[in-house]
Amino acid sequence: MRNTLFFMVSMFVLLSGMVRPALAKDTGYLFVSSEKDHTVTVLDGTTLQVVKAIRTGQRPRGMHFSPDRQWLYVACGDSDRIDVIDLKTLEVIDQLDVGEDPERFDLSPDGAVLYASNEDDGLLTVFDLHNKSVKAEIEVGEEPEGVLASPDGNTVYVTSEVANMVHVVSVKNQDVSKNILVGNRPRRFALTPDGKELWVTNELKGSVTLIDTSSLQVSGEIRFTPRGFRAEDVTPVGLVMTQDGSKAYVTLGSANHVALVDVRKHQVMDYILVGRRPWGAALSRDEKTLYVTNGMSDDLSVVDTGSLKVTRSVPVGRVPYTVIVDD
Amino acid sequence: MLRLTTIVALLWVSLWPQWVSAQVEKPSVMTVGYLELADDPRYIEEQMIARFQAQPWGRPYGGAEVGLKEIRFSVSVAGVKVRLRRHTGKDVAKLGETLKAWVEEGVRLVLIDAPGDAVRALADQVGNQDVLLFNLTSRDPKLRQEYCSPQLLHIIPDQTMLMDALAQYLVSKKWRRILALKGPSADDESFHAAFARSAKRYGLKIVDTRPFKLGRDPRQRGKNNIALLTSGEDYDVVFVADTRGEFARSVPYQIQQPRPVVGSAGLVADGWNWAWERYGAPQLNNRFMRKNDRPMTDYDWAAWIAVKIIGEAIARTGSNEFGALSNYIRGDEIVIDGFKGFPLSFRPWNGQLRQPVFVTTTNWVVARAPLEGFLHQSNNLDTIGLDAAETRCDMKK
Repeated sequence: MRNTLFFMVSMFVLLSGMVRPALAKDTGYLFVSSEKDHTVTVLDGTTLQVVKAIRTGQRPRGMHFSPDRQWLYVACGDSDRIDVIDLKTLEVIDQLDVGEDPERFDLSPDGAVLYASNEDDGLLTVFDLHNKSVKAEIEVGEEPEGVLASPDGNTVYVTSEVANMVHVVSVKNQDVSKNILVGNRPRRFALTPDGKELWVTNELKGSVTLIDTSSLQVSGEIRFTPRGFRAEDVTPVGLVMTQDGSKAYVTLGSANHVALVDVRKHQVMDYILVGRRPWGAALSRDEKTLYVTNGMSDDLSVVDTGSLKVTRSVPVGRVPYTVIVDD
Repeated sequence: MLRLTTIVALLWVSLWPQWVSAQVEKPSVMTVGYLELADDPRYIEEQMIARFQAQPWGRPYGGAEVGLKEIRFSVSVAGVKVRLRRHTGKDVAKLGETLKAWVEEGVRLVLIDAPGDAVRALADQVGNQDVLLFNLTSRDPKLRQEYCSPQLLHIIPDQTMLMDALAQYLVSKKWRRILALKGPSADDESFHAAFARSAKRYGLKIVDTRPFKLGRDPRQRGKNNIALLTSGEDYDVVFVADTRGEFARSVPYQIQQPRPVVGSAGLVADGWNWAWERYGAPQLNNRFMRKNDRPMTDYDWAAWIAVKIIGEAIARTGSNEFGALSNYIRGDEIVIDGFKGFPLSFRPWNGQLRQPVFVTTTNWVVARAPLEGFLHQSNNLDTIGLDAAETRCDMKK
């Protein structure tokens, strides 16, 4: 009886630990990188007051938490490095040399490897986080941007804005196994939770390309037509999906709106007016709030996902790029 | 018996290469021609060193090379490899001979970096053949009008496009009264005429037009002394038509009244500027700078985008066949990314690449035309340059 109880309690603890890592900070803080102020602004998630402005290297853009949420990695393109911020102290504690001009990156599912797109050189750098060294540099088309590591750890997808492609990189062979031609100026990715459909935004085509991940073929396209905007103003860039894979939010750049998309039906359901040139987007854990960075109005839109309306706009430094939530 | 063995052996040896190549798919090579003139007056040394606004700062071929590198991935998906073949001819006749030889060898797409009359001669030679010529660098509006040609496309903005962009900006600032200074050459005359057209179109008033002359002869001071040239009249802005640039660069801050200088110096309309920061421009400018050791100008941009257009057509049609490529390039489906924020395409009435034009200083893009609020019934880009209604180009000749 005691053994069973002990067993159940320990399983409960173990399982809850798996859902929420034991070392999670859960500060509720928002982190926003600012391209021109060379800062990561930290905001309190509830009051939206600025808690701290962390000075980083030049031109901070892509950001990710480490899987255990101890650190925040920040790609500082003009300083040619990734800064590592300790989430307990909110200070930069380390710098990683991942090649020139890193714009965005992703981490392998186990957090051991970092894949960075080097914008100016047309490279994908494979960086070992344990011994802090470059494992490989893979040639891709110019201006690689979006990087997505598949959850099974076998593949990394990279967009090349100039080659209009998605490069499919084999982790095992450390080379490009397939090139998929998509729309013009492809930017970023989202993957459905079942891993079967890869979404890519095409900035200049005003659409999202859908790729079937088993055949690696283009399976469809979703176009965006917010009212009052000419086709050339609709420049989709960022996208974020709900955890259950039912909805996606796509930021539409020069069209100053975010599109709400039914993922399974591949249909746009609504458009949400935000600030100027929205690119970055992130959902709170409960998915009741969507945060959007507006690069040309220097602010962050806080959107209530129930009413699809902006409830607050917060100034966050010049040309905000990524917003990420620690909750 | 030996003879038979020999024959069989020889057959085997001759078939082997086909066998091997059938196993390994080799890309088909497409040659794109590039013609330029040896003594092109636009590229003389002193002119390049001076780095006048909206002028070339070196030969544009380097732009084509940057474009060639950028298209390599997307054309490889179509099983094609593109090669540039460059010829620098001593005169137009030599260029014509080379063009003829290339066409006989199967070259179908040719980029031309030459002054307007040379481009016209080569286009006339091609006539209606299945060859597509790209005028990279001549800004002459007459090439888009009476001297147009069915197989000739234009990349660089012509003078009417530059002046419409400038006029949109001046109107938006309400700087309507213009004193125009005009240079002596035919190009200067054409530049001034383009401005006069834009002024009329956008409601600017040219209060006076005065000819200038480069020099220090005091007897000619009415034409070479800037203070004198710009006095006796009130105006909001001084417009200078000086396509060489040497006179224009000395005008800002020397005029009689404190007024902005526009046209060939000061506030200048241009198709590209190295300081443009949006839509991937810094990356492009960087790639160009690293290969060519100097900033990118509109002339370099034109050579670059021409190669990019060809690459895009090959990738999207999956073809290297002339008909498919030419139709795609000239059609509405093509999405051309010039890094200026609008998708570009070719005007069917005169073959001009429609595109945004910048209003620039030496180190900044002050505005991008078409400015907000200037609208057109089908494409806002057509508020800049010769529109369908005013075309004097007959493509069917």
